[in-house]
Amino acid sequence: MEDFLWFKEISKTFATTRAVDNVSLAIQRGEIFSILGPSGCGKTTLLRMLAGFEAPDSGRIILDNSDITDLPPNMRKVNTVFQNYALFPHMTVRENIAFGLKVAKRPKAEIRDEVDRMLTLIQMQDHADKKPAQISGGQKQRTAIARALILKPSVLLLDEPLAALDLKLRQRMLLELSLIHDEVGITFIYVTHDQGEAMSISDRIAVMNNGRVEQIGTPAEIYEAPKSSFVAAFIGDTNFFDGRISDVVDAEYCRIDVPGLPRMLCFNDKKLAKGDLVHLSIRPEKFQIALEQPAANPKYNVLPGVVEDVIYQGDHTRYWVSIGDDWRISISRQHTRFMLDEKPIQWRDQVFISWFADDGFMLERYSEKDEELLEMPPQSVGENDDSDKDDESTDSAQVDTNDTTGEPI
Amino acid sequence: MIKQSKLPGLLTLGTLLFFYLPIILLVINSFNASRTGGSWGGFTLKWYEQLFSAREIWHALRNTLVVAVIATAASTIIGTTAAIALHRYRGRLQNAHYFLVYTPLVVPEILLGISMLLFFVALKVNLGLTTVILAHITFCISYVAMAVLSRLQDFDVTIIEAARDLGANSWTTTWSILIPVIFPGIMAGALLAFTLSIDDFVISFFVAGPGSTTLPIHIYSMIKRGSMPLINALSTILLAITFLAILAYQIISRHNRPAED
Repeated sequence: MEDFLWFKEISKTFATTRAVDNVSLAIQRGEIFSILGPSGCGKTTLLRMLAGFEAPDSGRIILDNSDITDLPPNMRKVNTVFQNYALFPHMTVRENIAFGLKVAKRPKAEIRDEVDRMLTLIQMQDHADKKPAQISGGQKQRTAIARALILKPSVLLLDEPLAALDLKLRQRMLLELSLIHDEVGITFIYVTHDQGEAMSISDRIAVMNNGRVEQIGTPAEIYEAPKSSFVAAFIGDTNFFDGRISDVVDAEYCRIDVPGLPRMLCFNDKKLAKGDLVHLSIRPEKFQIALEQPAANPKYNVLPGVVEDVIYQGDHTRYWVSIGDDWRISISRQHTRFMLDEKPIQWRDQVFISWFADDGFMLERYSEKDEELLEMPPQSVGENDDSDKDDESTDSAQVDTNDTTGEPI
Repeated sequence: MIKQSKLPGLLTLGTLLFFYLPIILLVINSFNASRTGGSWGGFTLKWYEQLFSAREIWHALRNTLVVAVIATAASTIIGTTAAIALHRYRGRLQNAHYFLVYTPLVVPEILLGISMLLFFVALKVNLGLTTVILAHITFCISYVAMAVLSRLQDFDVTIIEAARDLGANSWTTTWSILIPVIFPGIMAGALLAFTLSIDDFVISFFVAGPGSTTLPIHIYSMIKRGSMPLINALSTILLAITFLAILAYQIISRHNRPAED
């Protein structure tokens, strides 16, 4: 692995909006790197600058040791899979795939062989002579991928490639994409607003917000150790608690006072001192829920509450538990064992929820602006440069994405 | 069973008759041996024979076709480029551009005719075939531009980016992507220009000079001389040419129809 694609201090302003604000990224050869963020975060602008459709106001883009910042799109060894596929409507699937080689004036026989190889890779041999209007969404998607791959680019850019597909097809295409990636072995840069897609396909993810990169890391790092409240709330689901450090127990742990809750023990990873304000994130699946009071364990915080809502989802159940008048906490419980034998937890049941002191995460408070972004479904947020594309996107896979329950009500 | 109202059918029939009855009568009368056309005097082709031996008519037809072909070719090229520019670039100047291209469609033809005549006279250009061609190009550009522009309205600009992304320069992108995709619009515009040029009377009347009489002007002078049956035959031939042009367009557009998204 080596860093071979660099964004160096890239900025871009459209009219008055700073779409990309001093972004630096180092992407390695052969990895699937996702740029994830809500609409308007600048991810599409960043991708368009890499493809050559926009020029950065400042900063350089280095690909494989050469500066490509000022090259026109047709001179870059970078190819794009567009969100709406952008297939040429007047050409057949075969002609679409062959386009890049034909433009490069390769010999006819070579073009035919290469196109056949691509058709086999995407399993479209039987549809080679159909026009784009005659094939399905998934087939258009595969054609667009083959058309981009046939030029053997150093980097393949995928701009919300699955947004126009339905949920089942999206999952299958994700799998196919990673198979294709294994086959061709080049770098994929995958832009999406869907955290589920990004988590499942990426080696690493850059989470963007308001034109800035909030965090870069593997999917697990980003989910388990979010660096900001924005990342914690945008990736998956979480409960936020605002409190104050009541006392520091030892080098590792402290106790936190949150209004309306019993005093809780928490891992002090920010090394906060007594009296400091703290913003805590605890993921729904980190809570245990039980009808009986669990056996005492000094590292566990136990909170008594009342079940407000139960949503059974097959593989897991989501509970909303209220504590006092102020707190409504989201809890997710995996059904690792067969459920029908045990006494179910129901609406209005008195329950005990507990969490392990190491599972809480201390964060900085996020700004008011982020909060607005998070409350809106991703596709309804206006974006200066690619709003029309995002409007077409179907709803994100997880219905509970961006949920911020756990806040005081 | 619910009884269907006959009214829509009758209305349709009435409208079609209103449109086409005069034309049908004209075609029938062109084969009528009776000179007045009020009564049927038997089938004849003699008017067509007379027509084909009238040299000045052939001359007028030749003029008309020369004007139409050149005007169509020129206005299709200029109109298409105007439409592409109007579609691609935005700005206040483009609004003015759009206004200028659109205006000839709504300005009364007689005004166009008079103003062009005055213009040519002021420039001391001799009226002739050239002035007719220039005048026709002028008003045809607007029709072509509007036809192409309407096609460009549903044109997905990202396919241009896709072509650039795949290594095509702007020249290749234009010729292998843009032009083929909007070709039906260009064809529609060209056909519109051709038919408008062929039957234009008002503007041609003002800017034509001696020897550059077009068919519509010639027909007008024949009416004044009162050779009605000849006019019927001539109009029938014009009608046939127009129908053939439309038929050709239908066939071409069926072969070239790009798959709609």
